[in-house]
Amino acid sequence: MHSASKHLLFILAPLVVVFALLPGAYQNHLLLFNFVIFLILAQGVNIIYGFTGYLPFGYVGFFGAGAYGFAIMVMHLQTPAPLAVLVGGAVAVALGLLLTPLLRLSGAYFAIANLAASLAVLHFVANPALEGITKGPYGVSLTGTFNPTHAYYAAVVVMALTVGAVIYLKNSPFGLALQAVREDAVSASMAGVNIIKMRVIAWLASALVAGLAGGIYAWYVSVFYPDNVFSGEFSIFAIVFALFGGVATVTGPIVGVLILYGIYNLIGFTTPQYFQLIYGLLIMGLVLFLPAGLVSLATRRGWHVP
Amino acid sequence: MTYALVAGVLFGLYFSLVGIGLNLVFGVMRIVNLAHGDILMLGAFIALGVVGIAGIDPLFAVPLAFMVFVLAGVLLYWVLVPRLQGSANPEMLSIILFFGLSQVIEAVTTIFAGTSERSIQSRLLGTVFTTIKVKWLGGKAAGAGPIQIFGQGFPAPWVIAAITSLIAIGLVYLYLYHTRLGTLTRAVMSRRDEALATGIDVDRVSAAAFGIGLGIAAVAGVFAPFMFGSVTPAFGADATVTSFAIVVLGSLGNPLGTALGGVVYGLCYMLVQTYLSSWADLLPYVLLIVILLLRPSGLLGRRVRVA
Repeated sequence: MHSASKHLLFILAPLVVVFALLPGAYQNHLLLFNFVIFLILAQGVNIIYGFTGYLPFGYVGFFGAGAYGFAIMVMHLQTPAPLAVLVGGAVAVALGLLLTPLLRLSGAYFAIANLAASLAVLHFVANPALEGITKGPYGVSLTGTFNPTHAYYAAVVVMALTVGAVIYLKNSPFGLALQAVREDAVSASMAGVNIIKMRVIAWLASALVAGLAGGIYAWYVSVFYPDNVFSGEFSIFAIVFALFGGVATVTGPIVGVLILYGIYNLIGFTTPQYFQLIYGLLIMGLVLFLPAGLVSLATRRGWHVP
Repeated sequence: MTYALVAGVLFGLYFSLVGIGLNLVFGVMRIVNLAHGDILMLGAFIALGVVGIAGIDPLFAVPLAFMVFVLAGVLLYWVLVPRLQGSANPEMLSIILFFGLSQVIEAVTTIFAGTSERSIQSRLLGTVFTTIKVKWLGGKAAGAGPIQIFGQGFPAPWVIAAITSLIAIGLVYLYLYHTRLGTLTRAVMSRRDEALATGIDVDRVSAAAFGIGLGIAAVAGVFAPFMFGSVTPAFGADATVTSFAIVVLGSLGNPLGTALGGVVYGLCYMLVQTYLSSWADLLPYVLLIVILLLRPSGLLGRRVRVA
């Protein structure tokens, strides 16, 4: 069997089926929804960091842009929710296009500039001077479109698309070319790879995914403030989850989200500062002892990890 | 206008002090110290401790904070950095590693100190000087009132912080350009591989730079309660981004560049705050992006970066 269809059958299909059926068996739908959102974001980080090596430290900028794209469409144009989610994705892609010059920066410069960009978007949206459009710092209330069930299934669909995209990257010449660019941009361009086009496509794809997730998040929660949807925690969590599992694999980010976000929900809510401590220590231990993620435990033994 | 300009310079000098430690660490080790702001926060808590326990002028916290964090920095260097440098992509992983460290620092501080805002009465700073004046010159204890510059009154702590910053920047300059260790540090900054090949003990030089960088950050932290009004354990993250804006605005590995970057930043900040206050929050980020895109090597920098 072709390895792409194997991945689709044994990773994507069970994941979608489990998350589509779980709401019937488990009561805490918000928790399930958050799991799906973080699966999307971690895979989005995987697309850009895992395959191109750009660390999107302000990834939440796209998420928040998507949420506000959704909110503005619903508030001012009364668009139906699914269409507004698509607009949210489009807004994130537009922001991504605006930020493409950042791709000229390398290494830490890119990460810092991206972080600054996300904070700039936050302060722009939260500016009291724009209250007429974004409601400024006072937050948005979208009770008209409130429908958590539909939003949840929309999130599962986006998750399926995102994991599908990663499976494509993992099994296609395009993904291989991206990884070649990540390892050595000069050699890759000598071999005829169009570096700029490749990077921009991966960048916009990960922006699109985060924007759609943001739009769906806005649909699900319906009341939020700029600080909620632009919270740096989204970027950090998504990056750490992806890294913890292992980037540039299909399973790594999924494993990372399930384990780490699971731990977070077990201890994080009751005693946040102890969780923060454990979390910080875990991150440091991860970087020092397992820089290639959990999957490297298997790859070191010579097992193939999809 | 005069007020905004002078306040901008005073704040700018202080901002230089905030950024310079980060500059040293990034310039020498290519490590992004995301915990920089948290070291500042710890410095502020040392100042709080000095005032709260000993009840003396917080200026005494300056040498204390510096010594403690130079030692802590050297220790931390040997625990974290050599292992990190051995990995595939140290620059990226350092971001995540030091993010983890900043989480640990923030969590531990929260566990011990709670999340409430702390501040120090600003008249406590500089009481040493007024006491000396009273004893030696026989004057009257006036308390640290506003200090007059160009006919405008400025809070005394701003002026004291700015002067301390000037002294600290001068000392860093002396260290880098007039001591042997400093010369070696600059060698490592410009070419790590070649420095290693000429027999420089890169690890020892880097450990010293790391310690000094953290020490200066802690000194800057001592003044944080006066400059920003109050501190909380969560104060670190914002301080880190601001420091980055300042460092990048100046240039990497050049303490004079950071001083200039800080002053430019302080002036912009004060001017925007005076004339367009609702957009002032946006400034550091936009400035950072624009500078990164137009002149990644900073205002005073040569081109040091490949691609």
